[in-house]
Amino acid sequence: MSYASQLATTLPELVLAAGAIVLMLVAAWGGQRSTRAVSIASVFVLVGAGIALIGPASSGATAFGGMYRADAFAAYAKVLIYAASAIAIMVAPRFFAQTAGDNLKPEYPILILLSCTGMGMMVSAGDMLLLYVGLELQSLAAYVLASFMRRDTRSAEAGLKYFVLGALASGILLYGISLVYGFSGTTLFVDIAQAYAGDLGGERSLGLLFGLVFVFAGIAFKMSAVPFHMWTPDVYEGAPTPVTAFFASAPKVAAIGLGMRVAIEAMGPATADWRQIVIFASLASIVLGAVAAIGQTNIKRLLAYSSINNVGFALVGLAAGTPEGVASVLFYMAIYIVMTLGSFLVVLQMRDVAGRPIETIAGFSGLSRSHPGLAAALAIMMFSLAGIPPLLGFNAKLEVFNAAVQADLFVLAVVAVIGSVPGAYYYLRIVKTLYFDAPAEGVAVRTDRFEGGLLAATAVFISPVGWFLLAPLGAWTMTAARSLF
Amino acid sequence: MEFPILSVMLAVPAIAAIACLFVKAEAARWIALFATLVDFALGILLWASFDVGGAQWQFVEGPINVGGFNWALGIDGISLLLIMLSVFLMPICIGASWKSVTDRVPEYMAAFCLTEVLMIGTFAAQDLLLFYIFFEGGLIPMYLIIGIWGGANRIYASYKFFLYTLLGSVLMLIAMIYIRSTAGTTDIPTLMAYDFPPQVQTWLWLAFFASFAVKMPMWPVHTWLPDAHVQAPTAGSVILAGVLLKLGGYGFLRFSLPMFPDASGDLAWLIFLLSAVAVVYTSLVALVQSDMKKLIAYSSVAHMAIVTIGLFAFNRQGIEGAMIMMLSHGLVSGALFLCVGVIYDRLHTREIARYGGLAENMPRYAVFFLFFTMASIGLPGTSGFVAEFLSLAGLYQVSTWAALICTTSIILGAAYMLYLYRRVAYGPLDKEDVRAMPDLSVREIALLAPVAAVALWMGVYPESFMAPMRNDVTTLLARIERATPASDSRPTPGNPEAAAAAAAEHGGEAAHGAPAHSEAH
Repeated sequence: MSYASQLATTLPELVLAAGAIVLMLVAAWGGQRSTRAVSIASVFVLVGAGIALIGPASSGATAFGGMYRADAFAAYAKVLIYAASAIAIMVAPRFFAQTAGDNLKPEYPILILLSCTGMGMMVSAGDMLLLYVGLELQSLAAYVLASFMRRDTRSAEAGLKYFVLGALASGILLYGISLVYGFSGTTLFVDIAQAYAGDLGGERSLGLLFGLVFVFAGIAFKMSAVPFHMWTPDVYEGAPTPVTAFFASAPKVAAIGLGMRVAIEAMGPATADWRQIVIFASLASIVLGAVAAIGQTNIKRLLAYSSINNVGFALVGLAAGTPEGVASVLFYMAIYIVMTLGSFLVVLQMRDVAGRPIETIAGFSGLSRSHPGLAAALAIMMFSLAGIPPLLGFNAKLEVFNAAVQADLFVLAVVAVIGSVPGAYYYLRIVKTLYFDAPAEGVAVRTDRFEGGLLAATAVFISPVGWFLLAPLGAWTMTAARSLF
Repeated sequence: MEFPILSVMLAVPAIAAIACLFVKAEAARWIALFATLVDFALGILLWASFDVGGAQWQFVEGPINVGGFNWALGIDGISLLLIMLSVFLMPICIGASWKSVTDRVPEYMAAFCLTEVLMIGTFAAQDLLLFYIFFEGGLIPMYLIIGIWGGANRIYASYKFFLYTLLGSVLMLIAMIYIRSTAGTTDIPTLMAYDFPPQVQTWLWLAFFASFAVKMPMWPVHTWLPDAHVQAPTAGSVILAGVLLKLGGYGFLRFSLPMFPDASGDLAWLIFLLSAVAVVYTSLVALVQSDMKKLIAYSSVAHMAIVTIGLFAFNRQGIEGAMIMMLSHGLVSGALFLCVGVIYDRLHTREIARYGGLAENMPRYAVFFLFFTMASIGLPGTSGFVAEFLSLAGLYQVSTWAALICTTSIILGAAYMLYLYRRVAYGPLDKEDVRAMPDLSVREIALLAPVAAVALWMGVYPESFMAPMRNDVTTLLARIERATPASDSRPTPGNPEAAAAAAAEHGGEAAHGAPAHSEAH
């Protein structure tokens, strides 16, 4: 394959990287005034990257000696990542304009673009080192984003915590990669898979097994699966809300996509080994995500535990280790990011009379009386996150349970489904606050047409109207999943 | 393509629910009433065009693959009757809330219309997962109805209702997924003839049982019901007692018995045991209640126990009796909750001791209340008698001991209902505020009279309600015959005279369903 055609397969990343660099120059010369223009241009860059996915970038080709994969799986994950990132950029200007202290700077959309470049490489990686570079690019941008409100101590704390723990996780991952490299002699996924396959025949190599454990631990940190979840509530609470919405959506998809590719492509022959890790992480995330959320009084912390809980359910599908399992996880993530972005959109609208963001759950009391539409949208998201039909969150859970049952993992499916009941409790608590409680004082909700429309769109997607999209989405995720096997 | 009447019946209240949210209180009331009446009219059309004795599944629509599940609707006689019950009670519920609900009326009416969609959908679904979606989706509007418009302790009751029933149902979901992956289909009619290996049947049966026992509710998982009933607004209680409790019985009839006949036969003792305990225990508990709604709620648990023993009697009388019991209980206990609502609207208390002597100043009310009390007890001529007699007669053929214990429900039922009636309607009219209560308004009579008429009709000429389901019961009996549990009431071979008499009686049973004569043996 010629160098040009190899580059063509990475066109989405090229568009993003070039766009980010050009916009950075614009920002450097334009300064604060250019914020709006850069934000708009960033969204167009993301759209452009999305368009660039059509063609060689989703052809199933492999570039640069197997390091980069441009298959349907990567394309699917990138569509979700770009869409979520674009929304994170679009909701930011209003948030910062209304929040006293810090202004939105043109660096915000640029950092998201850089993060997207990293995420694109994460889901396309066919090599351990490319994986690591992509992950670091994503993470470094994310650390800065977390502490974007420089005058807010919580934001600074979030950034620092994220950085320190993220660095630790990177270290763990890198150590795992070095073990795998040392005992298999390669960093390419296909060759690593052969090393694991050969390993099964003869003497078991403890080094490869340890490498697997460390790699999974590092990835679990990035997807915030228990027991590597401890950074999530603090970072979600401290980061500015648009950034939290971003963290809860795009990087999750990237981390889970990356995890699935490593699990299936690089360590597929060792499924029996990693399955135990995934099952443990899954059940622990479901239980801890549900139980720890019950006592929360801050909505962003609650949504952080909700994201941990949801990662647990997504991992149920991965534990199956089958094409159906991978497809179910992709299906789950698509519906999950819509639900989580919808929830954060509601949180973004909540302001008190002085214009400060309301983040306590008590601040949502009786919202159904003053703002029935907003309350209904959040209630739909909550019922859906709890997995109650006829909302789409149920279909997402159905798919992962289905994959687990088909892989004969009955105990996992039964424990996970029972674990969804305490989870339902805290989602119900939000609905109770919205509908049953007396209205709270001093709430001044400010919605604009764009965010209201976006929220309505997410709510309609989650409602039974979204049933029309289930069949095409199912077919698409299946195509994406098959490209891994 | 035929007129998709079932989809239309789902669409009408669904559209009304959305429309209600965008209008003011008065308009919402009329929209909801109009939509439920249209659905009732469609229901009558459905019954009129239902071909009794024709194909087992009629008005079939689909299957259309939605992605993960199919949109497939269709009804047999059993579904038809339960759908009729739903669409009949729904306008009455709207009427009952006409004046008593003044807060957030649009949302209230929307929640009821949504409940109607989900109820009809549950009875009409022909796809396993579609059934689950409707079955479980019903939790959302009911949670809101109890939580927003309920009594003082509504929040506790709404949580308890939701989480209890959710916990029961999620196990059923896993069982359904297993069925889909093993049998390769989610089509209910196909699955009703699919034979699972016996040991698998037991597990699946238990998973479904977890869900239906809670929904039913059976002792000892009935404790959510009194709380939910007491806290729910009147119309909420009517729909809860009238239709939602029937989902459990419908589930046993549609899933547990035909799909897992061997497990049903093996575990019938469990049903008998729990039901017998429920009959005696909850009747005694009902006897000492001081809250009217709680009393009727406990009586519901006792009546539902009669449904379960009837279903698991594995014979025609039992199953038909159970079905009639579901319909009768839906009407009668719904009407009893309406009766409680009538006086609650006037005095705002459900405390029995606060009333007394209503027969003097509310004679029309006293007549209706007496009629429904008698129907609940099972006085001959009312629907309750037909239901109890058939169920217990069916049970006697399987287990004389269980029949002996369960028949006490007739006596205990009379005790607590008559005691309730005596305290509310008779006695001295010595309380000033009670004396000031006006008799039934025209609206209230219009709500109670149709229910009374149908309960009487079902008591005097039950054939109208048994005819549509006769063939379906025959099909079911043919399917579960092999698993019939051993009976302790069959005459011993040493007594040829009694054996001959029994044979003749069995002929009679089949003659009762004339077309079924050949299948009965």
